[in-house]
Amino acid sequence: MALSAAPAPSADATSAITPISLKAIAPWALFFGILMLVLLYFVGSEQGATSVFSGEDVHEWLHDGRHLLGFPCH
Amino acid sequence: MNSLSVRALLVRGMLAGLAAGLLALVVAYVLGEPRVDAAIDFEDAHAHEHGEEVFSRTLQSTGGLATGVLVFGVAIGGIAALAFCVALGRIGRFGPRATAALVSLGALLTVYVVPFLKYPANPPSIGDPDTIGKRTALYFLMIALSVLLAVAAVILGKRLAPRLGNWNATVVASAAFLVAVGLAYAFLPAVNEVPKDFPATLLWRFRLAALAIQVTLWAGFGLVFGYLAERLLVPKAAAAEPRGTGVDSKAAAAH
Repeated sequence: MALSAAPAPSADATSAITPISLKAIAPWALFFGILMLVLLYFVGSEQGATSVFSGEDVHEWLHDGRHLLGFPCH
Repeated sequence: MNSLSVRALLVRGMLAGLAAGLLALVVAYVLGEPRVDAAIDFEDAHAHEHGEEVFSRTLQSTGGLATGVLVFGVAIGGIAALAFCVALGRIGRFGPRATAALVSLGALLTVYVVPFLKYPANPPSIGDPDTIGKRTALYFLMIALSVLLAVAAVILGKRLAPRLGNWNATVVASAAFLVAVGLAYAFLPAVNEVPKDFPATLLWRFRLAALAIQVTLWAGFGLVFGYLAERLLVPKAAAAEPRGTGVDSKAAAAH
């Protein structure tokens, strides 16, 4: 009895999940998605292949992280 | 569900990314840094001219490494949370925790492992500075291709599922993804700039460490974010169970 009763609530919980509408996601995805990509750019490539700021400080500071995270560093 | 839960999930994703970044930082420091130091020793022994040191090695391997890994963790956590918002309820009958695990596994494979197999991580002293532009472009192109192909494969799988059933549709979509990735591997130019006498074991260990960092990061993110998302999105099921059926459900949960 207990065994047959157990799966029911979890199945209900799963089927109760309705997708979040894409319209609700879009503004967040646009703003924060781009912001996160800018962060990734600074961690991964700034003062490597291209530079927004001149100099070497960003490249040197993030040097080890770039190598170990798999980005082409220099 | 509305934009409020998108915001809540985004915040949790970034926090989970930070937590996963801390785990990955430990792996990077313990497994990765000795290989970076060994590679720099090789570089110095075969030195062409070296510019003056901007930051000491100690700073680079602690504060610098932490900045890189933690910011990376927060950023991929935010993006993965947005991907989770889209995937939830659209990729099959999976709850928040399972969806988080699948999104993390998918991200590890498409954002890291697939590009890594073609353009693997390289320690210092590997790579001609003159080709940095080309190598960076190829690496990001490979990531973009891999992610786009994976999204296409998921859509293909969803289309095939009513006809073939979930299992076979997943197998067919995965096979299509692998064939497309294989074609991309075949047509994109190879990059091999390893100096002739660079130790092979060191290169292997460096790349294993790089892989371990990403596996830790995505596994940590999937588990932490899955826990947070489940708690946020299914509070009733978790709270109602012990109250609803009393002793019976506790006994069932123990089994």
